[in-house]
Amino acid sequence: MSTTAEPTPDKYSLGQSMKRKEDPRFIRGAGNFLDDIVLPGMLWLSIVHSPYPHARLVKIDKTAALAVPGVVAVLTGEDLAAHNLAWIPTFHGYDKQMILAVGKVLFQYQEVAGVIATSREIAQDAAELVDVEYEPLDPVVNPFQSREDKIILRDDRENKTNHIYHWEVGKRDATDAAIAASDVSIKERVVFQRCHPAPLEPCGIVADMDAATGRLTLYLTSQAPHAHRTVVSLVTGIPEDKIHVISPDLGGGFGNKVPVYPGYVVAAAASVVIGVPVKWIETRTENLTTTGFARDYHMDVEIGATKDGKVTALKVTTVADHGAFDAAADPTKYPAGLFGIVTGSYDFANAFTELDAYFTNKAPGGVAYRCSFRVTEASFAIERGMEILARKLNMDPAELRLKNFVKKEQFPYPSPLGFVYDSGDYHLTLRKALDMIGYDELRKEQAEKRKRGELMGIGISTFTEAVGAGPSKHFDIMGIKMFDSAEIRVHPTGSAILRAGTKSQGQGHETTWAQIAADELGLDPQNIMVEEGDTDTAPYGLGTYASRSTPVAGGAIAMAARKIREKARKIAAHLLEASVDDIEWENHAFHAKGLPGKAITMQEIAFAAYTNPAPDSEPGLEATFYYDPPNLTFPYGAYIAVVDVDPETGFVKVRRFLAIDDCGTVINPMIVEGQIHGGLTEGFAIAFMQEIAFDESGNNLNTNFTEYLVPTSLETPHWETSSTCTPSPHHPIGAKGVGESPNVGSPAAFVNAVMDALAPLGVTHIDMPLTREKVWRACREASTA
Amino acid sequence: MKISVTVNGTLYEREVEPRTLLVYFLREALGLTGTHVGCDTSSCGVCVVVLDGDRAVKSCTMFAAMADGHDITTVEGLVQGGKLHPLQQAFWDCHGLQCGYCTPGMLMTSYALLKHQPNPDEPAIREALAGNLCRCTGYQNIVKAVQQAAAETNAPAPEPVAT
Repeated sequence: MSTTAEPTPDKYSLGQSMKRKEDPRFIRGAGNFLDDIVLPGMLWLSIVHSPYPHARLVKIDKTAALAVPGVVAVLTGEDLAAHNLAWIPTFHGYDKQMILAVGKVLFQYQEVAGVIATSREIAQDAAELVDVEYEPLDPVVNPFQSREDKIILRDDRENKTNHIYHWEVGKRDATDAAIAASDVSIKERVVFQRCHPAPLEPCGIVADMDAATGRLTLYLTSQAPHAHRTVVSLVTGIPEDKIHVISPDLGGGFGNKVPVYPGYVVAAAASVVIGVPVKWIETRTENLTTTGFARDYHMDVEIGATKDGKVTALKVTTVADHGAFDAAADPTKYPAGLFGIVTGSYDFANAFTELDAYFTNKAPGGVAYRCSFRVTEASFAIERGMEILARKLNMDPAELRLKNFVKKEQFPYPSPLGFVYDSGDYHLTLRKALDMIGYDELRKEQAEKRKRGELMGIGISTFTEAVGAGPSKHFDIMGIKMFDSAEIRVHPTGSAILRAGTKSQGQGHETTWAQIAADELGLDPQNIMVEEGDTDTAPYGLGTYASRSTPVAGGAIAMAARKIREKARKIAAHLLEASVDDIEWENHAFHAKGLPGKAITMQEIAFAAYTNPAPDSEPGLEATFYYDPPNLTFPYGAYIAVVDVDPETGFVKVRRFLAIDDCGTVINPMIVEGQIHGGLTEGFAIAFMQEIAFDESGNNLNTNFTEYLVPTSLETPHWETSSTCTPSPHHPIGAKGVGESPNVGSPAAFVNAVMDALAPLGVTHIDMPLTREKVWRACREASTA
Repeated sequence: MKISVTVNGTLYEREVEPRTLLVYFLREALGLTGTHVGCDTSSCGVCVVVLDGDRAVKSCTMFAAMADGHDITTVEGLVQGGKLHPLQQAFWDCHGLQCGYCTPGMLMTSYALLKHQPNPDEPAIREALAGNLCRCTGYQNIVKAVQQAAAETNAPAPEPVAT
């Protein structure tokens, strides 16, 4: 009765390294990325940027630009103001940001005007002819200068201060007292530098206002298409049914494609006004200088401990640089994201952390770059702190960690800063890492090398992440709760379509989502088509970032499939002529109790659901589920880096890097390993190369890929990976999420390794990126001191 | 100005502006959107195509006019007779891609590499790919894929040629 191939669920159930279903189009060059979209009559937008970081706008003269044949319009902030679009609310709604500058510019490369023309080249040529007169003002280039309030940057705000907010959690007095009373304490300022996710595909939009239907279609590089649809509706007043957001194939995202950017708004406004499609694609320079930077946290880490290495208290005090607008991408009630994970994998009696954020004359942002809302900064702070403490105690850093870990039997573990960790066995994972890398042998080798004056270092990082935002009682963005969703429709012949509110940017959802559903339903994952990114067809979801897809949408998929299975059970009972109570689901098929050998597959049930439905039951076989997770998930890992440092050149050779990850249930080991390779490479990049730096005048020094260095195949180390598996007890399939762990956990391992190598020289800390120059200078200063 | 270019075996005669970059000619005049754009500085390599059968070139760094009279192979030209090229198959088998944006450039650079060095070792592959950025994979599986494709294509393999 069935027409598709026999299901092969055992081959494709969870835990199988199934090859990716999305790959056939990408390896043929047949992906459909934003810039591949060309619509009839489409115009191009090019943006004029400010050369000054802080200046009053005196005059904008459009005449020369408008005279260029092919130029259709030149838009300024004043033009947008007429449509109430000069400013829009920032991500969490607590601030607003300029779309095109009005009054003054607040960072170098800020968007000042937009030129709409009939071709990319004409738009770019004409943009150079827009004559803007500025009156330069003194810039504020770091948050410590900003804190003094000598120059107030935001005269549009009611409070005449550069201070944006103060946030704190934990017990201040008890923590201060415990540190003061401790046998040994450390205090170190560690800076997590400003960097940029820089996906290879920049951001872009094709906005298409259809006058005939009154619908605005936005093809958008969006990690969160539904959220963007709602934001567009709220800001413009266009009814949400008249807005259609389509996020096509995304060439990477890493948090960069979460916010709404001025280019999107200008293109959409132009399309609405002119009535034809308008395209805007960032240049790489626009990408690096104006959109979604990450980190820029200056963290003072204090730890107190007994002399035998039991930590008694942790305090972290942070100054955050948010740039010109408070556009940080964090859930509404968590202005510093999940920074409270700063106690890491350890059981500390006392902890306190506080943060103050300031405006500066830099691009706005603060996106979660391959990171669950500031857990990367927090993990770096604690893992550096533990390393510095170990040195002060003259204790092996692995031993210090083993002594302070949360114990397996303490889960679910309530942390002093308010999380309840779901599951873990930190001792097991670190011990596995130490064994696999041959830790004791490496320490012996290091001791011998030190006798010869050679600099070899071993760095450990044993991080815990908080991901999967999240439970709606805690997490929302502009009031929208951070659930996610899935809809599964099983076709009569036993294939299916699965739609979710998430949006893959390379993570492989078309494969892993099919695997989850296949395992729950006993269908062939090759015949479960996964579709995301189209707000007209997908159920509402908050999108893909912060390692939330598997913890949240992955749960929704399993639960939607289980709804289908419950209905299928009734059909099975009807077909097997048994009572529903006697129908059991085993080995991916239904069986009737007492009728061994007689099984009925989901494929047969699907056919019956359309051709022979059970009496008194609704025909068809489909379900939708909105999953609101009961808690976050807490993936963790133990990473070890081994480096050799050449003091003559400052060159750091990463000789080995081992990552043991525990992300709970693994859906597809091949994809998990790929995520870890990629995340480690980004961690390596941040530790050694990537920085968006500014000079004293506020000039951005890293505006393209010759200045903002991302690793190539030559400098990227070989990665060794392995895992332990501690399923999440509250997630429907026990999965925790993994895409960000390696980027969160690895920077501290690299820096700890280099500092360990430099320990004989007395060097305690160097801020990232550990460029050859910085390492060389540290070696040189130590040898001449 | 008028140019004649053979792309993936088909001869095209087109009017182009002198300043038109080869990548935009391929993408916009010929509709071959597999070749991508990712930077403005010839750094990222997502635009790599093969010139005259064995030279990997960044098509964002060549004018379309410079391709006049030449032969270009793009990612769309790799499938022959409905069959994936061994490199395409190997990238799929080895999980050598994630978002897929760098993949066409990686494939074309690897294609040119294998024309010159049919059996490259890992350092040679990493050297050849140094002009192609990937933000997703960490390169390890890309290297593995090139090795698999080389092994499949070249048995028995000649000695590698020094670079």
